Amino acid sequence: MDKIFNHRTLIALLIVFALVFPLIYADNRYVLHVMTIGFIFTISVYGMNIIAGFTGQLSLAHAGFFAIGAYSLGILTTRTEMNFWLALLLAVLITSAAGLLLGAIALRTKEHFFAIYTLIVGYLIYLLIDKWDGLTGGVRGLIGIPIPDPIGPLNFESATAMYYLVLFFLLLSIFIAVRIVRSLTGRTYIAIRNSEELAQTLGINTKVNKLVSFVISVAYAGLAGALYASLTRFIGPDVASTNMVFNFLMYLIVGGIGTLSGPLVGTMLFVWLEQFLRSYQEYHLLIFGPILVIMVIFFPTGIVGGFYRIKARLQQKKVPKDNKYFNPVPVKSTKK
Amino acid sequence: MDLFLQQVFNGLTLGSVYTLVAIGLTLVFGILHIPNFAHGALYLVGGYVTLMVMSATGVHYFIAIIASIIVVAALAVLMERLVFHPLRDSPPIHDKIAAIGLVLFFEALVQLVWGTEYLRMLTPFDNNISVAGVSMTSQRLLVIAVTVVVVFLLTLFLKKTMMGASILAMAQNREGAFLVGINANKVAMMTFAISGALAAIAASLASPINLVFPAMGHLVILKAFVVVIIGGMGSIPGAIIAGLVLGLTESMGATYISNDYKDMIAFLLLIVIMTVRPKGLFAKGVY
Repeated sequence: MDKIFNHRTLIALLIVFALVFPLIYADNRYVLHVMTIGFIFTISVYGMNIIAGFTGQLSLAHAGFFAIGAYSLGILTTRTEMNFWLALLLAVLITSAAGLLLGAIALRTKEHFFAIYTLIVGYLIYLLIDKWDGLTGGVRGLIGIPIPDPIGPLNFESATAMYYLVLFFLLLSIFIAVRIVRSLTGRTYIAIRNSEELAQTLGINTKVNKLVSFVISVAYAGLAGALYASLTRFIGPDVASTNMVFNFLMYLIVGGIGTLSGPLVGTMLFVWLEQFLRSYQEYHLLIFGPILVIMVIFFPTGIVGGFYRIKARLQQKKVPKDNKYFNPVPVKSTKK
Repeated sequence: MDLFLQQVFNGLTLGSVYTLVAIGLTLVFGILHIPNFAHGALYLVGGYVTLMVMSATGVHYFIAIIASIIVVAALAVLMERLVFHPLRDSPPIHDKIAAIGLVLFFEALVQLVWGTEYLRMLTPFDNNISVAGVSMTSQRLLVIAVTVVVVFLLTLFLKKTMMGASILAMAQNREGAFLVGINANKVAMMTFAISGALAAIAASLASPINLVFPAMGHLVILKAFVVVIIGGMGSIPGAIIAGLVLGLTESMGATYISNDYKDMIAFLLLIVIMTVRPKGLFAKGVY
């Protein structure tokens, strides 16, 4: 039984489900659209997870970078009629460059200062987009962002095609995130999160590592933003608002900050919850706000982290019972 | 010249509000090392409670402010007890997230109870006075006067009373304060109560000028953070000076540079300062 219900099969099942999902809801554009938006936000939240969850630096400028990605694509495709794919690549590069610039300065500050600094930079990006009429269209926003150009026989006119495109980028993003976190680089990030001083003592260049992880996280935001722009075909300054970054944060915390599947779980959960609570849209924060607080106090590692903790506790209870006499060393200490 | 004096006066009004909000923020940071993002929510509730007490019972503006102070201070203490106290030993990232959760909650709550409209707060102080070519409403004068009195009283409280001294002691040295038997819980609650009261006063004073609406806390709290960082986290004199400087800069910037971009001035100022001095201008060894 254990062999069948392991990680690998679960992941395979999820991927198969995601692949056949449009076939089930082929005639329901709304469901597909919500799912696609959810995937896009998930990509962004994975980015946030890398810097906040693994490297331990809470960046609140994430929505700002999401917006930079979205607006880069929007401006490049509507103003210069550039090829979509080139614009997508450029959007990610522009966002990363902006992230590199900000990261180089902002990461000199620590903890609270970093959070406040990035919060304010995020707000500044919002104000810039809102006021810079000539470039961004100001409050009116950017209209008529094109759908992706066809590649050979593939075109992206239908909702299903967009869904698969975004799904492809989502899987790619998750794959890269998993590879990073499981590598030595990922361990380095975790070391920095756990104690920056200790990491430094071990000979880790914390400055460069923090900067690289920040740029990676920003690139995720840029990619997600660019995809968002081409999916919704219209963007306004709201994509950079602080509410947006608070949403991302909520998805991340409830799903499980610092876990690999947390962003997916949290984002999909909330995106669908928000749809079900649509009629109470203004008031859903009345419930979500306290949920966020309760999660942080009682389940600081979110749904996924909580699941693992319960699982570990169950296994621990079993193990000492079997070899109570032979193994006096508590399993806890050997495990860590 | 008249225009310049007028802007100085407006800047002082604006700066007074920032100062009051920022002192609360800096006190909490000094004691508990929490950047309380939920402070804006306290400001928001403060504005609404004053307005609602006035319109529902018809009492005088000042009585409504006192009611608001009591409500918001109680709310702040509750916040400390229910949220920040349980989180005292967790990593710093969690306090900030919890505070954000509180902001989301209070904004939604205010919208639910009082709606999303922009509301006007009418006070008995809306007449104009003109002194040396500078025209001012008495409300603006009141803002400055009350701020001066409040800051004076607060300083007296912190310097001359035992309770105040224990707050300062804990800000200076946590372990040292515990060693001489200071009750950390009591100090934390007291600090939150003061910070809530200050937010309520600031909101009540600014609302007749700026209107009351669910997002009224956003800009103020961000600017208060700017003030706190420029003035040094945990420093009250720093908050006063930085608050006034920011108020003056903004009012000058709005007149002589661009009204559209006036909100950006504060944030650009902060970004420049943090870029040059990552720990803030007058940083003392809080960290």
